[in-house]
Amino acid sequence: MINLHGYGPSILEGTFLTIAVSLAALALSMLLGILGALGKLSGSLSLRLAAQTYTTIIRGIPDLVLMLLVFFGGQVFINQVAPLLGYEDYIDINPFIAGVSTIGFIFGAYMTETFRGAILAVPRGQIEAAYAYGMRRDQMFRRILMPQMIRHAIPGFGNNWLVLVKTTALVSIIGLDDMVRKASLAAGATRLPFTFYLVVAFNYLVITSISVYLLRWLETRYSAGVIRA
Amino acid sequence: MPTRPALIVEDLHKRFGDLEVLKGLSVAAQKGDVISVLGASGSGKSTFLRCINLLEIPDRGRITVGEETVKMHTNRRGLNVPSDTRQVERIRTRLAMVFQQFNLWSHMTIMENVVEAPIHVLKVPRREALARGEAYLRKAGIADKADAYPAHLSGGQQQRAAIARALAMEPAVLLFDEPTSALDPELVGEVLQVMRDLAEEGRTMIVVTHEMGFAREVSSRVLFLHEGRIEEDGPPGQVFANPRSDRFRQFIAAMV
Repeated sequence: MINLHGYGPSILEGTFLTIAVSLAALALSMLLGILGALGKLSGSLSLRLAAQTYTTIIRGIPDLVLMLLVFFGGQVFINQVAPLLGYEDYIDINPFIAGVSTIGFIFGAYMTETFRGAILAVPRGQIEAAYAYGMRRDQMFRRILMPQMIRHAIPGFGNNWLVLVKTTALVSIIGLDDMVRKASLAAGATRLPFTFYLVVAFNYLVITSISVYLLRWLETRYSAGVIRA
Repeated sequence: MPTRPALIVEDLHKRFGDLEVLKGLSVAAQKGDVISVLGASGSGKSTFLRCINLLEIPDRGRITVGEETVKMHTNRRGLNVPSDTRQVERIRTRLAMVFQQFNLWSHMTIMENVVEAPIHVLKVPRREALARGEAYLRKAGIADKADAYPAHLSGGQQQRAAIARALAMEPAVLLFDEPTSALDPELVGEVLQVMRDLAEEGRTMIVVTHEMGFAREVSSRVLFLHEGRIEEDGPPGQVFANPRSDRFRQFIAAMV
């Protein structure tokens, strides 16, 4: 058994934070992804343009740079705007919120593309049949489009999720006590960097392996009626 | 005294960009009519059918199903649009469509396909919808496949399941959009047989088709469309024996 010199609970705490940041960012990215995909496929030019701008900007800038921009840039921006609105105290951006919103925002752009492809993969005729049988738009979406697009989205979605989990390591640089930061503190204090980063690497691997297993289960569940080649 | 027609279409116009596909079509279908719509590809026959249930929005014209006329108005951009989406949805439930590509929902079993709209659109209680579904699947000769998914069925079986799905709506009019055109030749017969049975039951049907045998033997009336206009309209005996238009004569000659 590896000797963690009493830092075990601290790393465990960091692991839970990593999971919390990941799940919160995932929820945000899925919401933005659905909105983005519907925007890109909508008949309205302005919605298409907005979604296009969003994915172009986000996908074109490194995650690290975006995070620093949101955290430090956002801090400066808020503290310049707040006095104009009559708010005098200095405002600290909560690093958890900054981390979750940046990562959620970034992966929302990737989810947009994944969901857009998944929606396009559902045969047009089945959507038409839904309308021909008197379904409302929302019924068509819930009963016909969604269940089928989920299956098409799962491979890309799973990929995004794995990258997202690993991207949360970046939140350590904005002072969030995730497991990477906890390990770095422990490594500094004990001069055992290899030990602690190995533990962190192992923890990531556990999280991602469980994810892969769950995704496979989901894919089977949503593949009813599909003939495998 | 004649009863009110099941479906009245008046002066239907539709254009796609510069191409005028329908140039003023009018048809009234009496209850029990089986109307075959013939025409070369590009004659507008599929568009005509798709305008009836508003999958395509006609640029001009009136559509009346039973007592109800589709309410339309001209919007700010000068386009003709339905005024009441709920009304369009209600009217669509009375005009069940069978598609060339079947368009069964692939994530649902055959039975789920058949009861989906009755339960979620017509709000028929589940138990009753299942009983109804069972009966119509039997009528289409496909009850043994109720628990199969569409991908596991042949084209002919899928199309018969799609017909059961249409029947389960208990619609005023059945619309068939080239129901046998996507089928392997040896599977065409089984689908036509089901359609024959429905015609004999006195169901009101509008069938866009290339099946001359069906048009001649089963339908009560034949329409021939050419370049967006009705060129022939009459009982098959009369239309096939004494075609008025040269183009229909050429069309039949080319088909045989």
